[in-house]
Amino acid sequence: MLNPIKIKEDFPIFKRKINGHPIIFLDNASSTEKPKCVIDAIKDCYENYYANIHRGIYSLSEEATEAYESARSKTSKFINAKSEKEIIFTRNATEAINLVAYSWGNKFIKKGDEIILSVMEHHSNLVPWQELAAKKGAKLKIIPLKKDFTLDFDAYKKLLSKKTRLLSLTWMSNVLGTINPVKKFIKEAKKYGATVLIDGAQSVPHLETNVQDLGCDFLVFSSHKMLGPTGVGVLYGKTGMLEKMPPFLYGGDMIREVTQFKSTYNELPWKFEAGTPNIADVIAFKNAIEYIEKIGLKNIEAHEKELLSYAKEKFSKYKKVHMYSPKTELSGGILSFNIEGVHPHDAATIFNEQNVCIRASQHCAAPLMKALNIGSTNRMSFYVYNTKEDIDMAEKALKNVLKIFKV
Amino acid sequence: MDLYSEILLDHYKHPHNNKPLKKHTHRAKELNPLCGDSLTIDLEIDLKGKIKNVSISPKGCAISTASASILSDYILGKNIKQVAKLKNEDIIKMLNIEITPGRFKCAILPLATIKKILN
Repeated sequence: MLNPIKIKEDFPIFKRKINGHPIIFLDNASSTEKPKCVIDAIKDCYENYYANIHRGIYSLSEEATEAYESARSKTSKFINAKSEKEIIFTRNATEAINLVAYSWGNKFIKKGDEIILSVMEHHSNLVPWQELAAKKGAKLKIIPLKKDFTLDFDAYKKLLSKKTRLLSLTWMSNVLGTINPVKKFIKEAKKYGATVLIDGAQSVPHLETNVQDLGCDFLVFSSHKMLGPTGVGVLYGKTGMLEKMPPFLYGGDMIREVTQFKSTYNELPWKFEAGTPNIADVIAFKNAIEYIEKIGLKNIEAHEKELLSYAKEKFSKYKKVHMYSPKTELSGGILSFNIEGVHPHDAATIFNEQNVCIRASQHCAAPLMKALNIGSTNRMSFYVYNTKEDIDMAEKALKNVLKIFKV
Repeated sequence: MDLYSEILLDHYKHPHNNKPLKKHTHRAKELNPLCGDSLTIDLEIDLKGKIKNVSISPKGCAISTASASILSDYILGKNIKQVAKLKNEDIIKMLNIEITPGRFKCAILPLATIKKILN
């Protein structure tokens, strides 16, 4: 078991107090705080060995290049990719999905093709496909939700056909916390020869990932949701897929040979990394992964389940609180809830009075809100530094909301 | 707590002027894409530009609903020229609360909706 109190000490931000109170950070599904080792790694790069990569003959550039590429190699091992060539650094998970939609989608999606998504997708795994489908005359098919807040697998099987070209599915819902049995979904899609993209933005920071075991063609995730810097996203793609795809962005570093009127392109993975990348942040992302590995993903998952179950137990005591959460064993550390008669924005404002940071919105999942027949929710989401005391504070804030709104 | 005064909560729970009008000359709807809230305002404006009737249909938080309610009371019977002069700061003053930056949008949504009609 991990020790969240000890872990909290590694995060400088938690030394800060606002209005005399410590910070209770429960918005980790949006973005996480950063440990000192990650902050130090950025500083170390800029202070000691910063230069542009893949270019210089001098030592500084060689050192920076080595550090950057070792982050790639670390990322590759972290998700058990076959080779580091399969790891493309982007700005964020959204950009990684857009890369696939523009590059793979433009080439391989044809008129009449079908793209299967689920109703619980984040807008980032919906809007790029809407655009692509509109442009190509392809059709989106949506896997519905069951009453227990899990996806309807039988309905999914009926959506599959010879026309299915792509399944693009989230591993974990950023609203409900539902962990989808993606391996099962991928296996079905593969029976029809469909390409599969898994959105791992919520899952990769919390669950063990093995892309070879999953059998997906693409996986996307984001550094900033897993203790790493902002501005670093990851696209994993099977070598065979990435090789068939044209570049996404054109310019420096992604070329092999350039003449005045024609160019050829670099090999993987650099073919997809045009221009100077986010060097220092990618390097520091490696430290974030190492930090997570040191704690252990199995421990992280168990810790979050324990917090979730504790929070559900506490919050279920209140009749006016409605939770949108599957069985704890099917869920990650995310808990969405509403308070009858109190708008989530008002609840979150009152939570903030005690420095309890929760999210209140549609969580970039408007179609899911519609399916649940609600406008928005409050959401608590947990990570390695959260304690049961944090949830006690959230409960105290909840009581305050009920008192102020007299519900 | 300064934000959620009794008056504000009363406007939230029982917003004024929220019965539908028999007839309206103008209608505007504004959305807050962050939270999925919406506000529809119907006005009956006579030929001289006087607001004879107002109806609000708020679907949102306490701040935006109270703001719509208070604003609807204020504009009723006034000339649109006068209403057009209203600024965001005027609304905050009317609400008489300490607004945080994150909730500013909620507070000014009703005025933005009215301005949509007047423009």
